[in-house]
Amino acid sequence: MKYLLQRIAFYLFTAWAAITLNFFIPRMIPGDPVKSLLSRFQGQMSSQAIDSLYVLFGLDKNASIWEQYFDYWKQLFHGDLGLSFTAFPSPVSEVIGSALPWTLALVGITTVISFFLGTGLGVLAGWRRGSWVDGLLPATTFLSSVPYFWLGLLAIFLLAGPNSIFPSGGGYTPGLIPAWDQYFIPSAIQHSLLPALTILISSVSGWILSMRNMMVTVAAEDYITVAHAKGLSEKRVALSYAARNALLPNVSGFALSLGFIVGGTLLVEIVFSYPGLGFLLFRAVTAKDYPLMQGIFLVITISVLVANLIADIAYLLLDPRTRKEG
Amino acid sequence: MTIPTSSIEQVIPEQGAMAQPDATPPGKAKRSRFRFVSSGKALTGIVILGIYILFAIIGPWVAPYAPDARSKDLVSPPSGAHWLGTTHLGQDVLSQLLDGTRTVMVVGLAAGAMATILSVLIGVTAGYLGGGLDESLSALSNVFLVIPALPLVIIVTAAAPGGGAVLVALIIGATSWAWNARVLRAQTLSLRRRDYIEAARATGEKTWRIILFEIMPNLTAIIASGFVGTVIFAVTSEITLAFIGIGADTGWNWGTILFWAQSQQALAQGAWWWFVPAGLAIAFLGTALSLINFGIDEFVSPRLRSAGKTKIKTASGHTVRMRVGFTPVLKSTTATPVLRNTSSKEAAK
Repeated sequence: MKYLLQRIAFYLFTAWAAITLNFFIPRMIPGDPVKSLLSRFQGQMSSQAIDSLYVLFGLDKNASIWEQYFDYWKQLFHGDLGLSFTAFPSPVSEVIGSALPWTLALVGITTVISFFLGTGLGVLAGWRRGSWVDGLLPATTFLSSVPYFWLGLLAIFLLAGPNSIFPSGGGYTPGLIPAWDQYFIPSAIQHSLLPALTILISSVSGWILSMRNMMVTVAAEDYITVAHAKGLSEKRVALSYAARNALLPNVSGFALSLGFIVGGTLLVEIVFSYPGLGFLLFRAVTAKDYPLMQGIFLVITISVLVANLIADIAYLLLDPRTRKEG
Repeated sequence: MTIPTSSIEQVIPEQGAMAQPDATPPGKAKRSRFRFVSSGKALTGIVILGIYILFAIIGPWVAPYAPDARSKDLVSPPSGAHWLGTTHLGQDVLSQLLDGTRTVMVVGLAAGAMATILSVLIGVTAGYLGGGLDESLSALSNVFLVIPALPLVIIVTAAAPGGGAVLVALIIGATSWAWNARVLRAQTLSLRRRDYIEAARATGEKTWRIILFEIMPNLTAIIASGFVGTVIFAVTSEITLAFIGIGADTGWNWGTILFWAQSQQALAQGAWWWFVPAGLAIAFLGTALSLINFGIDEFVSPRLRSAGKTKIKTASGHTVRMRVGFTPVLKSTTATPVLRNTSSKEAAK
């Protein structure tokens, strides 16, 4: 319990750091790009919307930095992230809210599948060193060096097309209305197959490699020898003795590399024009929509923190030592 | 995105690099320093990296055309005049690729160097000095580790107007040091309690001298592997930035080629020559760097080497699988099986 509380405190601290970073980044820019955008939209915005953008980007030169910081927090607690310029006049929180489920579904499901698949193959490769699975290692090295987005381009080029079952982009067939019905769900699944496959192929190799290396290290431990000497079956030694111990660093590795993975998957969304946060971020960057960019960064960071917390809880369940100390 | 493949536990084995020079007789100590090159993986990696560095130097001179020179052959497939075909403006893809190599390598290496310096400063200081300073520096690196780096790099680069290659390298370097700092801190922690450090402290050596001359040499392998890892990350990030169209005024790089290929519908036109070479160039560079890193990892921790032949057929036709720490017991008593230990790594156990 103590461990969990410590982790929660750390994530709260990190969230605070990310929000503070988000507060300072626009204030360090020389010459306000937001101001020029504001003047372009003059007359179309309510004074309240302008006020909130002033707070977010520190345009109010009369207020001291502390006052600005305080106002910024107050505004965040109201869930006000400003107005989006690209999706004018929708607020940023609304725009992000409509894109978030897509990313959570695509990235969440593929990351979990990739973790379990890669760990399983890694157990095999590490346990049977010198077997055919070792032959996969150079290939996985190559695949993990390929940028996610390029693999996506290749996948579209090779697999998608007018006659293929894989659509080349988008999240669902145009014309359908997002709803939980028999028309929309199959279409959404069909559209997510190719992006999911791309993410899976490029992320699975990292897990294979790290799990293999941990298995190799663990396989040389004395307790494995003892387990063998007791006459336990090969399968039992491999899974309950070696893999269980080798899994721990992989789970904490999962938490740490989540940030990397999310970065990569955002790009897959761009390539496939998938209606998630990555594609939204791309559109925000092209249109210089700063409020939207900042909002997306905050939402991504907080999602990653939550995912990290979940991985920590999993670690707690897997490793009895962390439970005992509390 | 490269996932760090080695955990701290693997990078820091008990019998690490620092234990090895003792094992070799003094006369051979000099040769063993470059022994990691003799592993096939590391050598392959170094050769490929060498080719890239060569092209980074001579690329812009040997390119057959100027990278943005237009011609009348629009989107034409590879031919004698244009080895890798042309773009929508008739620009030569090969020339763009060659010209871009320099930017990619310079930004990658500069960002890697910057992140390495930061990680050494923060990691070693935190590990050696300990106390409250350690706590706060560790918290700082953990924060940077958890915040997703790529979105951060994207919003910072997008916010900074007119960013050149140097700025991109600086931003990537400033956001990617945390992992190495963590590894270095852990190793420094374990080193500072060693006898020779205690001895140096007892003789009244100055702290900076102990860090520079007693601790740093023993961190070389970890620093090198961290540097290589960061270069991989920096190259991918830089190309990604160019691909989504920020930092595009850094001149040609492979991401810029992919950006134009994507935005000018290269996929729909079937123009594979436009985007395949740039991606392969990235992939091979990444592979080369990963291979070098495996070489360093295996040099430090010999257990990780791929086993050679682990299955041995005995005279009686049984198949025996060799495993670390095991002496196979065979049923047949007639034939005395010659079971060579697969390599010296098991002997080291």
